[in-house]
Amino acid sequence: MIIQLNGTQKKLTQASTLAGIITTFTKNPEHVIAEVNGHITKKASWAKTQVKDGDVIELVSFVGGG
Amino acid sequence: MSDLGLKNPENIKDTSFSLGGRNFTNRFLLGTGKFKNKKELSASIKASGSQIVTVALRRIDVERHEENILEYIPDNVTLLINTSGARNAEEAIRLARLAKEAGYGNWIKIEVINDSKYLLPDNQETIKATETLAKEGFIVLPYMNPDMYAARDLISAGAAAVMPLGSLIGSNQGLQTKEFIKILINEINAPIIVDAGIGAPSQAAEAMEMGADAVLVNTAVATAQHPPLIAKAFAMAITAGRLSFLSKLPPVSEKANASSPLTGFLYNNK
Repeated sequence: MIIQLNGTQKKLTQASTLAGIITTFTKNPEHVIAEVNGHITKKASWAKTQVKDGDVIELVSFVGGG
Repeated sequence: MSDLGLKNPENIKDTSFSLGGRNFTNRFLLGTGKFKNKKELSASIKASGSQIVTVALRRIDVERHEENILEYIPDNVTLLINTSGARNAEEAIRLARLAKEAGYGNWIKIEVINDSKYLLPDNQETIKATETLAKEGFIVLPYMNPDMYAARDLISAGAAAVMPLGSLIGSNQGLQTKEFIKILINEINAPIIVDAGIGAPSQAAEAMEMGADAVLVNTAVATAQHPPLIAKAFAMAITAGRLSFLSKLPPVSEKANASSPLTGFLYNNK
């Protein structure tokens, strides 16, 4: 299964939930904001959101800015 | 400051600053971009006494796990999340909604920029984004080009303040738009926060002396050789400028006016 994660393609070898993706690819999951196929996905539903082939996932967080 | 310093001159304090339904005792908003390291950022926030600090929202670099900036921002500080990177109203709205989802409140600095050379804000798109987001309950602080009509429209659209640029972002050119900011101060019945281009504490003091309600600085602090020192200097300059404004400055005269009495001299006038 191939997904688009933050603009780059990622091949997943096994089924995963959004929570799994976030734990694997980020350092501070508690500060992550997730968007799946253009829709904000609330933290409470990360664990039950099954990632599907072709999903476009955006994970954003805060950085320094003016 | 009810007694104007007469009753309690040892402890003169500024009036509090009301913004977005909250009261602040400090009028220095600090941006967190461009700091060399987190130690300097953390010390600068403390030195500034800032109660409102800006951050941006970006894609997480999934190849390189990054530090989380929020760890360096004290909990009692109001987080003002900017929409930098947005090129139109739609993108700014999307960023604002994402930011809200993080659970750090609903204060948003709208920044819509579609020019990479001058980074000038697009007032029209900013008004559109303000309208939508204010309706959704956001506390909207729009970064804008100081135009009176646009400022009026922003306030009508629900903005909690307007943030006119002093000069180009990160340029340290100071108050190039001074006369237009003065018009906003006189004509707009909402807080005026001078944002962008303030390169030195003296310039921040001047903005406050003119009657601005607050000043936002980032580059000048983050890129000074010793950020915490200049952060403190900015804080002092902003307070100085504010008290100076409240004091109601005397008029400027073309001729000299003696400070000492012109009578009672020890010699006789001929």
